[in-house]
Amino acid sequence: MSTAETFSPTLAAGPVATAARSARPRKRKTLLAAAPPSLQPLVRFIRWLVPPLLGLIAFVLLWSLVSQVSRGSLPGPVSTWASATELFADPFYQNGPNDQGIGWNILMSLGRVGVGFGLAAVVGIPLGFMIGRFDFLSRMTAPVISLLRPVSPLAWLPIGLLVFKAASPASIWVIFISSIWPMILNTAAGVRAVPQDYLNVARVLRLSEWKVFSVILLPAVLPHMLTGVRLAIGTAWLVIVAAEMLTGGVGLGFWVWDEWNNLNVEHILIAIFVVGLVGLALEQALVWLAKKASFGQGE
Amino acid sequence: MERFVELENVQKHFETKKGRFVALQDINLTIRQGEVVSLIGHSGCGKSTVLNIIAGLLEPSDGIALCNGREIDGPGPERAVVFQNHSLLPWLSCYGNILLAVERVFGAKEGKAQLAARTDAALALVGLSHARDKHPHEISGGMKQRVGIARALAMEPKVLLMDEPFGALDALTRANLQDEMVKIVDATGSTVVMVTHDVDEAVLLSDRIVMMTNGPAATVGEILEVQLPRPRNRLALAGDADYHRYRGAVLDFLYQKHRKEAA
Repeated sequence: MSTAETFSPTLAAGPVATAARSARPRKRKTLLAAAPPSLQPLVRFIRWLVPPLLGLIAFVLLWSLVSQVSRGSLPGPVSTWASATELFADPFYQNGPNDQGIGWNILMSLGRVGVGFGLAAVVGIPLGFMIGRFDFLSRMTAPVISLLRPVSPLAWLPIGLLVFKAASPASIWVIFISSIWPMILNTAAGVRAVPQDYLNVARVLRLSEWKVFSVILLPAVLPHMLTGVRLAIGTAWLVIVAAEMLTGGVGLGFWVWDEWNNLNVEHILIAIFVVGLVGLALEQALVWLAKKASFGQGE
Repeated sequence: MERFVELENVQKHFETKKGRFVALQDINLTIRQGEVVSLIGHSGCGKSTVLNIIAGLLEPSDGIALCNGREIDGPGPERAVVFQNHSLLPWLSCYGNILLAVERVFGAKEGKAQLAARTDAALALVGLSHARDKHPHEISGGMKQRVGIARALAMEPKVLLMDEPFGALDALTRANLQDEMVKIVDATGSTVVMVTHDVDEAVLLSDRIVMMTNGPAATVGEILEVQLPRPRNRLALAGDADYHRYRGAVLDFLYQKHRKEAA
């Protein structure tokens, strides 16, 4: 470390903390520099991989520890894994309405989320556009939205059951109501945030209303809209499990409850992982889509 | 045409929470066809407001604004604007941004091939044919501004309005673009109104420099005729006595007669 010594006189002028701080990144650099250049991408990959891997290992260890301590009332990772391989070996079996494969349960839940969410988009996005564009409408809807938005989506379930007299439409209704708010609000905020410069371009060109919408408003609002969609799908996926627990039928939420009644705790744990993985996949897909639609804005 | 753009006793005020703020007062200005006029003044003096009134983006509170003998009623493509921050649509390529304007102005009379040819010609004029299919976030600030200028020029406007077109650029890029603008103005004979706070830019490009007093209630202080022969060349003018005389006159106005205390 002769370089550190030659530089230290200049650093000595500053506070000691500065010297200490500047020494640390240098040390870190030597780790990477020690590897031959051909191995550097590998070193970087390992460095990228190690922290999340450690986190997962720690999680599994903690899990088995808790399982040990509980003397088997909470299944450990090994028995859960064994149960999962068995379960996923035949995901699409059907033994009557209350006993179907995990694949059907996932698909049913996704289907309900898809329908409720799609309806919310069809209603919420145009409504958001109008609320963002017309101040009168914005102020008109503000009290109603502010009042209804903080309500837990599940509170709407009885209304759904009352109106639709069936479980499946009622849970779709709950998804609809839970995902519509972020879509309305984010789309409206996006419309309000369209830079005046773009609208001035439209004014100078005297673009038609349709052109203003399709060439300026829609692409400018798209990133905001997709944020709303991402928040909405997150909430919808949270809510569907709870709604299905209450309504029954087929679906991940119902399955969790059913397995609780069967005291099959391995399956409940599997369901938790499945819900998490599907939610993660939905989120990542929308993040990717939002990046595609941002056109280099906000980079 | 002697009186192509005319501002007569134009006044502009804005209603604010603290009451009425008079931005401009008694603005009288006529601009001839084919003339390049700069509006110069300290920041906040309302020079952009004057430009926006000519553009039709703002309405005068009082007085008359005429273009080509008709009252200015809203913005329109015959008064193309080059915005300070380029205002390109980020989701369209350079080509797409220009085509949007070309389509709007010539789409009714001309076929697709002609519109494409106009767009490509505008890109070539600012030397950006190679960036035709790039999106704004993929090119430099100077290039973006050039696309903005190409978009405005492609509309073949009667008046080209530029709001501090080179203000956001570094000094070298700015000088290059100014030189290009000199060439374009000489070649096309456009009528140009330009807002600037750069003295060299004003002298280099303008036939007349309109110097504005400080706001509020800013007005036209002096008008300086720049009678330097065209084509102009930055390097040749660097040692030119007349150039320095004009430059000195503008500096004198800005920093002696209408000095603004630093905020």
